[in-house]
Amino acid sequence: MTTQPLIDIRGLCVGFRGRSGSMLPVLHGIDLQVCRGESIGIVGESGSGKSTLALAAMGYLKHGLQRISGEVIYNGADMFTRTAAELARIRGGQLGLIPQNSGQALTPTLRIGRQLDEALRLHCALPAGAHTARAIDLLTQVRLPDPAAILRRYPHELSGGQQQRVAIAMALAGEPDALLLDEPTTGLDVTTQAHILELLRDLARTRNMAMVYVSHDLGVIARVCDRVQVLYAGETVLEGPTRAVLKTPAHPYARGLLASIPRLGESTLPRALEGRPPSPGSDRTGCAFAPRCALATDHCRAIHPPMVQGGTGQESRCLYPEQIAQMDMSGSGAPLSCCPRNSPLALALDTIAIRYDRPGSFARFMPARPGPPATVDDITLTIPQGETLGLVGESGSGKSTILKTIAGLLPPAQGRITLGDGTALAPRVDKRPPDQLRRIQMVFQNPDESLNPRHSVADILAQPLSLYFGLAGPELRRRATEALETVRLGAHYLDRRPGQLSGGEKQRVAIARAFAAAPEIVLCDEITSALDVSVQAAVLELLNDLKARHKTTFVFVSHDLTVVHALSDRVAVLYQGRLCEIGPSATVYAAPSHPYTEVLLNAVLEPDPDHAPHLLTADVAELSPPACGCPFQRRCPVKLGQRCDTDTPPWQKGADGHAIRCHIPLSELNKTGRG
Amino acid sequence: MTAPAAPVRRTRALTTLRDMAARPSGAIGLTLITLHLIIALISPWIAPFDYKEMNSAVILGNPGAGHLLGTDHLGRDVFTRVLLGGREALLVTGIATPIAMLWGGMLGVLLGLRGGWIDEVLMRLVDAFLALPGILPLLVLITVFGSGNEVLTPTLAFFFGIPVIRVARAAAHEVVARDFISAARARGHSPLSIVRREILPNVTDTLLVEGAMRWSWMLLGFSALSFLGFGVAPPTPDWGLMVSDARVYMSLAPWGVLGPMIALSSLIIGINLTADALAKALGLDQGRKAVI
Repeated sequence: MTTQPLIDIRGLCVGFRGRSGSMLPVLHGIDLQVCRGESIGIVGESGSGKSTLALAAMGYLKHGLQRISGEVIYNGADMFTRTAAELARIRGGQLGLIPQNSGQALTPTLRIGRQLDEALRLHCALPAGAHTARAIDLLTQVRLPDPAAILRRYPHELSGGQQQRVAIAMALAGEPDALLLDEPTTGLDVTTQAHILELLRDLARTRNMAMVYVSHDLGVIARVCDRVQVLYAGETVLEGPTRAVLKTPAHPYARGLLASIPRLGESTLPRALEGRPPSPGSDRTGCAFAPRCALATDHCRAIHPPMVQGGTGQESRCLYPEQIAQMDMSGSGAPLSCCPRNSPLALALDTIAIRYDRPGSFARFMPARPGPPATVDDITLTIPQGETLGLVGESGSGKSTILKTIAGLLPPAQGRITLGDGTALAPRVDKRPPDQLRRIQMVFQNPDESLNPRHSVADILAQPLSLYFGLAGPELRRRATEALETVRLGAHYLDRRPGQLSGGEKQRVAIARAFAAAPEIVLCDEITSALDVSVQAAVLELLNDLKARHKTTFVFVSHDLTVVHALSDRVAVLYQGRLCEIGPSATVYAAPSHPYTEVLLNAVLEPDPDHAPHLLTADVAELSPPACGCPFQRRCPVKLGQRCDTDTPPWQKGADGHAIRCHIPLSELNKTGRG
Repeated sequence: MTAPAAPVRRTRALTTLRDMAARPSGAIGLTLITLHLIIALISPWIAPFDYKEMNSAVILGNPGAGHLLGTDHLGRDVFTRVLLGGREALLVTGIATPIAMLWGGMLGVLLGLRGGWIDEVLMRLVDAFLALPGILPLLVLITVFGSGNEVLTPTLAFFFGIPVIRVARAAAHEVVARDFISAARARGHSPLSIVRREILPNVTDTLLVEGAMRWSWMLLGFSALSFLGFGVAPPTPDWGLMVSDARVYMSLAPWGVLGPMIALSSLIIGINLTADALAKALGLDQGRKAVI
């Protein structure tokens, strides 16, 4: 390792010209040094400027952004003064970028082989004849199964995790000295994410690369980075070794971020970090974090704190670093409202099967052929009133599909859904009477998609109110204001449009819209996955509060096991549209019995430098369920043999409503335990 | 808790108009359209001559102090006829364009939302129609029903609404895939209410721009019909008809063709520039700046 940094960013200020004509800064005086073999994590909330920084390290700024001052030195020369030809050689060659959504970075009309070949042609000295062998070699390095077959595939034929691996392989094609990673695992399954992070760790070590890893997830940073920089409002507020930052953060913001992450080991909700970061161009006299800081004094609001060297190798932009350790950061204190025992039934699903492929008008006249297995099959669930049932599983496990079926948006191929009073729900939403519709409400994953951008908040809330209660005029407006108050938003939000709200506020409006109908059952589809961790904690707290006050039944779908753990009374684990395990949250998380639940839980990352996920080496995500037998047969680490391939495993009942579907006796599975 | 007063809408229309006027394309376009509309309204009172008045003394006369653009083959004042020549076209297309947008837009949005076999069948019919040269079906209908504004207006409204179906359907398709439509369906809103409250507000921008483009196409279509003798009946002045009459004498009196042509093209260019500025002001055109 050389002492000379490979990437050396000094005093970088980047801004855009606002409507008034003045320069609004997005990044302020950022210093970042990365040496070979070193990996630096850049952490911050959305809007903190972390992606801008990663792109600036390549000498690239998004349209509209300008460099105000500072320099980005790569290998001895400023990236912003290099010629286009030099940049073209460096970018994608010596300096690789892996974006968040590689599915969009790959050209959909070209086979993977062609795209890899292009990267090799531009940035690799090998003769053209050796390219295919090199491409296969690269795909093997990123641990893709059957690389020769992958070369012939189109991007859409690969799963999200596989696409991300291809993107990494492409970045490696030029034998890079440094990799810039912009949230490369956000949106991937826990298991896929854990595998890709291990891969990056290994690659960085074996190839002695420098890495800049941008993420909002401290758990990810904990796993791959040596040092961390925390950005807040475009400014570095904390810099230090990962271990020290995670164990004893020397800045209140980092402390708050860490506290807002839900963890498997804790039974209370995480503490939310209230407030939102200042927008670019707002007043910068005092500490930018002062309005959200519990320690803030008048002194903080008056002077801009400098970076100060702390005890544990951290540099922090805080005036009172010694007080941070005393801050109360235990869970929100709010006890998890628990579902009362033996409460009456709210919703029952009886042997539901869902198919996406329906015979087309042409296929109806063709001789019948056995179709592929149903996407979701044999789902039987009973949900008592006031319970929160968590549905977890990887992407493609049919979690959201089941919610859509309950909501009537996707009629099941088979099975029936009944309400607590025994009335059967019509499979299609347009056949359900208004009262049934009112009783089941749904909150969607991304509020940018689920709120009509042309409507004001008042219009959005008016829809259920006028539809179900026939309200109009001042009464409608009063009830809309009330609905906003249930999600802790003031009446002044009524006339805003979704575009004028932050991500967390939008999701609150979406929740308010669902609760305006006074529902009995609320279906939540990954409702926190589009939010920052700090905002997520606040939304979880809100849901917990609503659950306690309204005795609402929740069906809560998430791929994030810690979030489900924080909120659910009972949890159901799905694999490829089939139930694997169901039971009280506490039981399932404390001692996972089903091999799949164990695989999932072992892959969870925690913001703890001593925590390492346990992964199965040959674990590969699948795209379709097997035709018969146990759905998990191909990935199971403890597979028995022939029986798993042919026979559907029976339900084995444990204590307290705990049940698993496996051929191995429950008692034996419990013995092996976790880890 | 008292609820705050209901908000005042219209601000968006006003800001959009202001944004358009701030762009060179919008400023030029809006000026040209306004100018044409004003002339069409007041031309009967400001025209220097009677449009029917023939003067055998100055047949194909040169431009001069008396006749600004000279006279035509019947000795009528070309300037007067150019001033008046847009009235019929603007009246017919001004009524037919909104009707075309309304029926084409509504049908397109409904098809986009509903899908299924009705969508398949109707869209194939639309494709088949679009494969024909545009003027042909117009001519057939006019030969059957005769010309005249009462026939031309619905005919143009019908035929120019067909391509709008396709645009509206595509715009609706983009909106239908979004979660707020699923949310509205899950709440149990009727399809009509979903179209009105959720989809239309999101496609009106696209339809407005499309409407401006359709208007300019329809003006050209109307002029073409007049040129071919199926539109405005003489002696009523109309740009298309004037070009048709004057082209025979083009070498002797080019102003007879130039006058109406400049009038028509300036209106078309004005509309197109306005449509361009509208698309940019509404944020539909994300591309780089246009030349002007």
